[in-house]
Amino acid sequence: MSIQVQNVSKRFGGFVALDDVSLEVPDGSLLSLLGPSGSGKTTLLRIIAGLEVADQGRILHGTEDITDHAACDRQVGFVFQHYALFRHMTVAENVGYGLRVRGRPKSRIAERVRELLALVRLEGLDDRYPSQLSGGQRQRVALARALAAEPRVLLLDEPFGALDANVRHELREWLRRLHEEIHVTSIFVTHDQEEAFEVADRVVVMNNARIEQVGTPDEVYDQPASPFVYHFLGKVNKFAGRIVRGRFRVGATELALPSGTQLPEASVATAYVRPHEVKLQSDQPGSAGLGAVVRHVNSAGPVVHVSLERSDDGSPFLALLTKEECRGLTLRPSSLVYAFLKNARIFPEEAG
Amino acid sequence: MSTDVLPPPPTTALSAAPGSAVRRVRQDPAWVRRTLIGLAGLVLGLLVVVPVAHVFYVALQDGLGGYWKHLTADPDTRHSILLTLTVVPIALGANIAFGLAAAWAIARFRFPGRAILTAFIDLPFSVSPVVAGLMFVLIFGLQGYLGPFLRRDGYALMPYAIAALALFVATIVYLLLRPASPRFRTGLWRYPGLTFVVGGAALFFGLVWLQQALEIWPRGQSLKIIFALPGLVLATAFVTFPFVARELIPVMEAIGPDEELAAISLGASGWQMFRQVTLPNIKWGLAYGIILCNARAMGEFGAVYVVSGHIAGQTDTMPLRIEKLFQEYNLPGSFAVASVLTLLAIFTLIAKTKLERQLPVAGRTGEGDGSTNQRS
Repeated sequence: MSIQVQNVSKRFGGFVALDDVSLEVPDGSLLSLLGPSGSGKTTLLRIIAGLEVADQGRILHGTEDITDHAACDRQVGFVFQHYALFRHMTVAENVGYGLRVRGRPKSRIAERVRELLALVRLEGLDDRYPSQLSGGQRQRVALARALAAEPRVLLLDEPFGALDANVRHELREWLRRLHEEIHVTSIFVTHDQEEAFEVADRVVVMNNARIEQVGTPDEVYDQPASPFVYHFLGKVNKFAGRIVRGRFRVGATELALPSGTQLPEASVATAYVRPHEVKLQSDQPGSAGLGAVVRHVNSAGPVVHVSLERSDDGSPFLALLTKEECRGLTLRPSSLVYAFLKNARIFPEEAG
Repeated sequence: MSTDVLPPPPTTALSAAPGSAVRRVRQDPAWVRRTLIGLAGLVLGLLVVVPVAHVFYVALQDGLGGYWKHLTADPDTRHSILLTLTVVPIALGANIAFGLAAAWAIARFRFPGRAILTAFIDLPFSVSPVVAGLMFVLIFGLQGYLGPFLRRDGYALMPYAIAALALFVATIVYLLLRPASPRFRTGLWRYPGLTFVVGGAALFFGLVWLQQALEIWPRGQSLKIIFALPGLVLATAFVTFPFVARELIPVMEAIGPDEELAAISLGASGWQMFRQVTLPNIKWGLAYGIILCNARAMGEFGAVYVVSGHIAGQTDTMPLRIEKLFQEYNLPGSFAVASVLTLLAIFTLIAKTKLERQLPVAGRTGEGDGSTNQRS
């Protein structure tokens, strides 16, 4: 079942949690809402679940408008960060709860519970209580419980946030495979970009109550739509410059504007370049490179981290090179190199 | 003593030389511990064990048969026990309903005035029971605001009171039974406001008609609140109303709203959520609050003393009866009734200790004086 969020806004007192947010989640996709805390991602998820009421805007399941439906009638499965298992019920009772409140016959419930415990690989734990399970097991019970009543949508609120690193990795992979198996439209909230990239096939980056960018993990990482997305997803170098004759001028170097960038002549702008897109050369063949002094080199691991300082204004930046690229370069502190910026994206002024 | 004869100074920094700021770790000497424990035991024995034992000693002075006679032979004593057994369940029921509602509102919602409501719940603890009683006398008493009217034509109030109560109950029933999905809200469910206005008006005029035509509530007759059962219930309920809410709020806050939200998202209706998820989680806290509330309600003296008017055989509850028997130098009778309240106190103490282990919140303090019933 596809989900459409249309122009949803939500305020808590004076705090704007969501500001005119629209989003479309295709049927069967696994989408991740990614953003720093306070960006509104959890609020959006809760509004989709019906646990929170939007001030404005509509929510659609397929073509059906469910904006006014109560949470219990939306047929969504919701997984909480802290599991929220019913502590006085056994695993089997927890998983079967969604069917019990719908008045399904006992034998049918037992059968479905067995099916689901097999799906989350927790067979034989039917009679345990949540307090007798590990964190990872609890979250899998919570997932089975959310899936029991065959929801049209599965919503997960930082599902792995309370688990330790090893279990988290294991469960991420497992969630990915589970989704391939059952193909229920899923949205999960996370503040961990690695998690979003690893699990989701579409990523929605949120900041300050708005959606910054929607796209596949590749698109979002390689073609960030805003300075915020650049900052939020991995490291980035900033080069302050100015638009001169339709080109971006930084120091003695000029960069072509990426197609589609419209900036007025002589305006101040900033170029954003990922460290791995900074190429270094020891000499300067023809085209102008950016003169820089090496400050520090860290070659532990598969890539070489080079900290540099621009020769003209002394501002620091970072380059990531493969060991291959380093051959033929003298990378010692205070040696002079020339930097070439590939795939730079240029945004007007500095946005934060 | 010169430093030469001392053994070489210790090398580790931890065992510092005498006179430095660091002191050796040690246990308090045995005599300190024993003195403290002994003192505590002595005070407890003098102030609690001996008086309680004395109550039973005096009560049982005439043997078991005499004890039973003191409790049952005097009609006024019998009536006081019955009256207490009538007043307390009503006050308790009202306070359970109020306590659940207040705890729910405070633990689950953020609204303007929440802090004030929280403070007001504790008000009866800080107001002297005598003042609480006087308050009701001032409102409902003969010299009070409503007194003259109640005395002249008190029963005229009945249609209003019943209609208001019915609307209140109907609102709760409506909220509990309303179909969760707008799709199933057909017919009258779609127009709650209209239903309530029309239904409320019909009920009210029906009651007025009953009053006019059938004289169910005779006109010109006084409705007694002070010096009667309603006053006793009001005073008792007022003094004991913090207990349930105070116990439930921390329990509900510790448990958090997630399980309830999970139940709702799984398709449970409001009532199902309350019955199957909330109630099992808070049941020990609720039981604890009810037991404390009950103990305090049974033993309430101050507020009830003011509103009851001590009419023997009519408005004397057990604590009031104890005092009266005591004033009449009927010591065995007075102590026999007192022993019943003391037994209740002991039972409360045991139940409270057992329940405390079941509560999710650690390190709670036993508020109020749930186990001390003798206030005369």
